[in-house]
Amino acid sequence: MISLENVSKWYGKFQVLKNCTTKVGKGEVVVVCGPSGSGKSTLIKTVNGLEPIQKGKIIIDRTEITNPSTNLAKLRSKVGMVFQHFELFPHLTILKNLTLAQVKVLGRSNEEAREKALSLLDRVGLLAHADKYPAQLSGGQQQRVAIARALCMDPIVMLFDEPTSALDPEMVNEVLDVMVELAYEGMTMMVVTHEMGFARKVAHRVIFMDAGEIIEDTSKEQFFTNPQSDRAKDFLAKIIH
Amino acid sequence: MQILSWIADIPSLVLNNYHLLLSGLWLTTKITFTAVVFGIFWGTVLALMRLSNNKILNIFAKCYVNLFRSIPLLLVLLWFYLALPQVIKHVFNLPPYADVRVVSAMIAFALFEAAYYSEIIRAGINAVAKGQYHAAYALGMTKSQAMHLIILPQAFRSMVPLLLTQGIILFQDTSLVYVMSLIDLFGASVTQIGVVQGGTVKYSMIIFAAISYFIICYTASRLVNYFKKGINR
Amino acid sequence: MSFNWTLFFESTPYGDEIYLNWLFDGIIITVSLAVTAWIIAFLLGSIVGICRTLENKFLNGFAAGYIQLFRNIPLLVQMFLWYMLFPEILSGSLKIWFISGISPNVSAFITAAIALGLFTSARIAEQVRTGIQTLPIGQRYAAIALGLTNRQAYMYVLLPNAYRRIIPPLTSEMTNIIKNSSVASTIGLIDLIGQIDRINDATNSIVEILCGVTIAFMLINYAVLTIMRFVEKQTRLPNMNHGG
Repeated sequence: MISLENVSKWYGKFQVLKNCTTKVGKGEVVVVCGPSGSGKSTLIKTVNGLEPIQKGKIIIDRTEITNPSTNLAKLRSKVGMVFQHFELFPHLTILKNLTLAQVKVLGRSNEEAREKALSLLDRVGLLAHADKYPAQLSGGQQQRVAIARALCMDPIVMLFDEPTSALDPEMVNEVLDVMVELAYEGMTMMVVTHEMGFARKVAHRVIFMDAGEIIEDTSKEQFFTNPQSDRAKDFLAKIIH
Repeated sequence: MQILSWIADIPSLVLNNYHLLLSGLWLTTKITFTAVVFGIFWGTVLALMRLSNNKILNIFAKCYVNLFRSIPLLLVLLWFYLALPQVIKHVFNLPPYADVRVVSAMIAFALFEAAYYSEIIRAGINAVAKGQYHAAYALGMTKSQAMHLIILPQAFRSMVPLLLTQGIILFQDTSLVYVMSLIDLFGASVTQIGVVQGGTVKYSMIIFAAISYFIICYTASRLVNYFKKGINR
Repeated sequence: MSFNWTLFFESTPYGDEIYLNWLFDGIIITVSLAVTAWIIAFLLGSIVGICRTLENKFLNGFAAGYIQLFRNIPLLVQMFLWYMLFPEILSGSLKIWFISGISPNVSAFITAAIALGLFTSARIAEQVRTGIQTLPIGQRYAAIALGLTNRQAYMYVLLPNAYRRIIPPLTSEMTNIIKNSSVASTIGLIDLIGQIDRINDATNSIVEILCGVTIAFMLINYAVLTIMRFVEKQTRLPNMNHGG
């Protein structure tokens, strides 16, 4: 489904990603973790081309995103993304946030888009808030809306960039619950997160990054019970009390 | 392509009339400089008045700033050109033929710009985080100690580029002394040389004026930017 | 010194009007000039400001040059530049029409609207650029991640938010354009400032006239602020009182 080959990226002289290579198969849930500044957020943003790369190759669903002739907008519409700071559009109601891209990108009719949006809002438990503006919702509610917004596009894969790290602790679980449910339904997911509980519960594989490199890329069981590198051991010791 | 020939005429026109142009530039500089100095001084006083707890000073400063910010500079200059010279001559007992235009212009610019400077200074003071006052008071400082030891030095850093940019705007605005029939850089090039010599000279000289102001202001704003980067570092 | 404070209610030498009517004539010209120039400035300024945020090097460079050019030349000089050169740029029947086919007040109005519009457009461009660039980068990411094209991202996400954010600076540009329109009097437009000479020639009461014109400008200024406060209230989003 997703394949990254030798992805490298520089900010000026500073190399943020060093020859990152990995794959995410259909229906697989992959958690990416690592200390802050390790490049994990940058890595996930390269997957749908939000962050350009200087070297390497990224392929999603047989389409090479690094190829200049690729229609990036079309490809991105099939890749759902959820951001750390939700990034709902503040000037649009919740409903409009969900229908905008359906109508403008997928060319769905207003009625069709509306129905889809309402059913997904219902699914994340926020149907009653359809006509509010983002600023009127709590962080957890906004993030659930953001997930629904991405799902409206019928994505073939979902990318999550630290979806719970900007949330107050009491709101983390309502978002994780939605994500767990998605994983159980068989959605292909790549998730940057520190929530090891989530990883334990639903991840198939864990990728551990440090200083722009993929240090470990193994099964969940292997990672939690028998990490190979000292850096991963350190990290796990710090994050799991 | 007449424009090219007008531009081609500029160098010789400038060389033949450089003394006129320089004296024009000198007047522009003089007015700018005095207005900046007195404007910042009076502007600081106004800003402190606005921030003080004294109601009368507060209201006076507020009205002053609002008045000057809601009317055109050109109108202020006309007041100082058409109406106030009579008053000034009367008060200082000057003969009726005395020329007080340059002084009037300087006063007008200083009073006008002070309103704008005071807003920049006030915003700069307000932008310093509340916690800084609390920290200063917690150390036992008085209000005025907190102001001049802690708040003003921080406010000043953020204000300087804005004050300098306002100075560049002021430099451009001095061209409006045209309405007082004063011969500044604009007056010297466009009216004294351009219109007096007639023909296509006026085209050449208006282009020359535009280029001169552009070079001076562009260079100055570059320097301000450079300075700003230095401060932020 | 003695003043004649009822001056504006006295009738003019031409008969049925009072001087207050002349003042109103000036207000109408000043406001129409400001509105016309604002439309030019807002359209051009938006385009240039957007160009300034694009990755296209050529458009970005062009916009940067445009802004520097119009910001670093005094309005008075720009006004005279257009006043002297604009008729020379025109050719054929258009030139004849502009020079002799329309009244001097109309041609001065056109010239002033162009000069003031271009001058102000550079300042609006800077505001638009700042408005777009200070949006959180994630907004652009989110729009693009949904598959919106760059153009759609601007139209539906970035611009509606950016314009909301810059209503306060745009309001002050609006009051500026009213004030700056006074420079048009130097090329012969009979606006509010132009009426000063006209009324003074007939009455010789400069202080009273200047008072009247000053009050007129303050009222216009106040009207602009009131209208914009209304606009801001109308466009404000629920729960977003702080700059968003």
